[in-house]
Amino acid sequence: MSSNNLPEPSYLEYKGRFKGLFAWIFSTDHKRIGLLYLYSIMTFFIVGAILGLLMKFELIAPGKTIMDAKTYNGIFTLHGITMIFLIVIPGLPAVFGNFFLPILIGAKDVAFPRLNLLSWWIYIFGAVVALSSQFLGDGPPDTGWTFYAPYSFKTTTNMLPAVMGAFILGFSSILTGLNFIVTIHRMRAPGMTWLKMPLFPWTLYGTAWIQLLATPIVGITLLMIVAERTLQIGFFDPALGGDPVLYQHLFWIYSHPAVYIMILPAMGVISEILPTFARKPIFGYKAIVVSTILIAFIGYFVWGHHMFTAGMSGTAQFAFSFLTFLVAIPSAIKVFNWISTLYKGSIQLRTPFYWAASFIFVFMIGGLTGLVLGSVATNVHVHDTAFVVAHFHFIVFGGVGFAFLAALHYWFPKIYGRTFDEGMANTGWVIFFIGFLFLYFPMFILGLKGMPRRYFDYVQDFHGLNIVSSMGAVLMIFGFFLLFINLVRSARFGKPASKNPWGGPTLEWQIASPPTVENFDKIPKITKGPYDFTNVKPD
Amino acid sequence: MFSSNLSNLSEGVDKAFIIILSISFFFLIGLTAVLIYFIFRYRESKNPVASQIHGNNTLEIIWTVIPLVLVLAMFYFGWIGWKPMESTPPDDAIHIKTTARMWRWLFRYEDGRQSDTLVIPAGKPIALDMNALDVIHSIYIPAFRMKKDIVPGTPRTAWFIANSPGTYDLFCTEYCGLEHSTMITTVIVLTQDEYDNWYVDNTSVSADVAEETSSSASIGKQIVQQLGCNACHSADGTKIVGPSYLGLYSRKELVVIDGEEQEITVDDDYLRRSIIEPNIEIVEGYNKGLMLSYKDQVTDEEINLIIEYIKSVR
Repeated sequence: MSSNNLPEPSYLEYKGRFKGLFAWIFSTDHKRIGLLYLYSIMTFFIVGAILGLLMKFELIAPGKTIMDAKTYNGIFTLHGITMIFLIVIPGLPAVFGNFFLPILIGAKDVAFPRLNLLSWWIYIFGAVVALSSQFLGDGPPDTGWTFYAPYSFKTTTNMLPAVMGAFILGFSSILTGLNFIVTIHRMRAPGMTWLKMPLFPWTLYGTAWIQLLATPIVGITLLMIVAERTLQIGFFDPALGGDPVLYQHLFWIYSHPAVYIMILPAMGVISEILPTFARKPIFGYKAIVVSTILIAFIGYFVWGHHMFTAGMSGTAQFAFSFLTFLVAIPSAIKVFNWISTLYKGSIQLRTPFYWAASFIFVFMIGGLTGLVLGSVATNVHVHDTAFVVAHFHFIVFGGVGFAFLAALHYWFPKIYGRTFDEGMANTGWVIFFIGFLFLYFPMFILGLKGMPRRYFDYVQDFHGLNIVSSMGAVLMIFGFFLLFINLVRSARFGKPASKNPWGGPTLEWQIASPPTVENFDKIPKITKGPYDFTNVKPD
Repeated sequence: MFSSNLSNLSEGVDKAFIIILSISFFFLIGLTAVLIYFIFRYRESKNPVASQIHGNNTLEIIWTVIPLVLVLAMFYFGWIGWKPMESTPPDDAIHIKTTARMWRWLFRYEDGRQSDTLVIPAGKPIALDMNALDVIHSIYIPAFRMKKDIVPGTPRTAWFIANSPGTYDLFCTEYCGLEHSTMITTVIVLTQDEYDNWYVDNTSVSADVAEETSSSASIGKQIVQQLGCNACHSADGTKIVGPSYLGLYSRKELVVIDGEEQEITVDDDYLRRSIIEPNIEIVEGYNKGLMLSYKDQVTDEEINLIIEYIKSVR
């Protein structure tokens, strides 16, 4: 704040070249772009969640309940495309990475602010193209979000826009990754060596490399589909001389690392939140950094575990299973370190902490059930069953979703400069958490009993657990509704927040809430590690 | 869930399950207990001042090495349990030609007998020589821990031994379009004696049906059901993927031939052409490419019976 002048306006109030909505959608401020992503992602999430709920209503009883098979197949496809490509992949990096990466490393913005805005526009454009598949042409695509060949060539539904949408969204992801890599390399505050960098930027760094290196592969693959469908070039369709299994390889070479694009930043968020509420440094900072890099690296070489029943050679099965088990180790190391962070802490039981602690629990279930899928023999039994659906919902919804909501509550006072009603937030959390477990846990058992996924109808034997699961869905949505209303209301009417309401040690808690346009009056000089609690107190 | 040992594959798979799930439950419960204990023990009111601990290298090594050993064990049992699934079937195996198409299974036995349920004897190696005609399907018999994708253009064999007589579900587990969830059938495991009786008793289904009913329309109906035609063509006027049989015969229809519309009358010839070359004359409002040719799957005689059946649906 300049001494001889009025205080600088916050980024929320700042008036630039444009007014009203334009001041947001043409803003190159990383914080405003972060919020643009937040609002777009929340909108899509509500759509995706309603679709998921409709599927659960349909599955509450065998046979036709509220929709026909065609609608159901369209809905699970759209649910998958929306949730994966529009929400979970961009999710944490685009919202909280954009908003907090520059602040956490003591920078005024990302390296390429205009490119950053372009990423958001590409994202919106890709989303519009992907969603247009619902309304144009011969009806919504019904291939599942994986677009497996040759079904995706045979179906008469409107598949190309969905594929093109995913292709365009890839560019948004690549540009964000590129921007973050350069930002982290070039724009850290003086004195912030690599090992003095907080863990959320570290995980964003690992993620950014995956975005940059893996996304082009799915881009090429999706273009190959377009070429095959329009020009009849036989890459994947056996009728044209192609190989459907090649498609699966190319698809998972990207889509498995994409899971790490989703989960790594979630791990970063948790590594930020736990020290703040335990009031002590993260346990094993270096171990967490090393495990982040290992996950990002080994994660490239495990895609084959999606294909254990597809007919790979024994050697490939061996190698992919082995590597999949290896990638479990760095994740386990993180869990051990998170729990140890609480040891001899002075734990404040606040909303973000509840989210972070429940994250650890659901992430453990997601991770441990991943071992079942890494082992070849057991994978064969549960592959393409409800077990897999439960597993990845525990990871990408339990993991990424819980971390997202943890981050949203943790950084909410900083983003809006207002506090939220913790009583209502905690109520929302409890209901959401219980609903989540009831929704997804029965699906593990259903899968073990043999219920295939993407089933509109099922045999009587699977009925009971499906009822439990559907009830859980209603409960979870209700919990989400509570916490969502609470945050929306608090963003407008909450009490003004102080600079550092939780007592966080990292740089974002040393600047105003909400931050000024430039974040820092003076770029800070970094002399100590990121989780040093000397002289740090909640104010 | 893991104790019934219903096939030669289930033992190895279930052993891997038990090992992995036991270790997982141990860690899940143990770590959750520690997590909850720490939260209670070190909450602010109990422990107002946090100790500024940064880490412990010995612990890091311990909790890297122990999980590493455990995952290697899990990997090993998973690998060993899978090995029998990929081995070649023994010489005395009963070979059954298994055809998967949208959205029906068809099993053809060594003497040409066909069935839409999989009937097998207990205790004998069964080799399924599998082929998919349109898109990828995946054969899954949960009770036997058996699953294999069937990729069009790549015939594969899966083999197993069923241990106990009984009936078991057989699912398609690779999403294959509209009626994917109806691509279900039953595995009927018989004792060797029962199986021999079943197998010798009637070598041809048509003959089998002919004994019960004499009308050729009802034999045609049996063939239609067995080939799975009714997955896409209803008999009650419901529009599924293809036209319904109801009132179809001798009706005038607009068909599209090479992009040009033309009016035809549904007669014996048209029906025969539609079974052999289904994508040349497509009825207006329906999609091309969904039905595959049944050229080598039905005899001329069977086609005549099917036509008799279609005539009878009105």
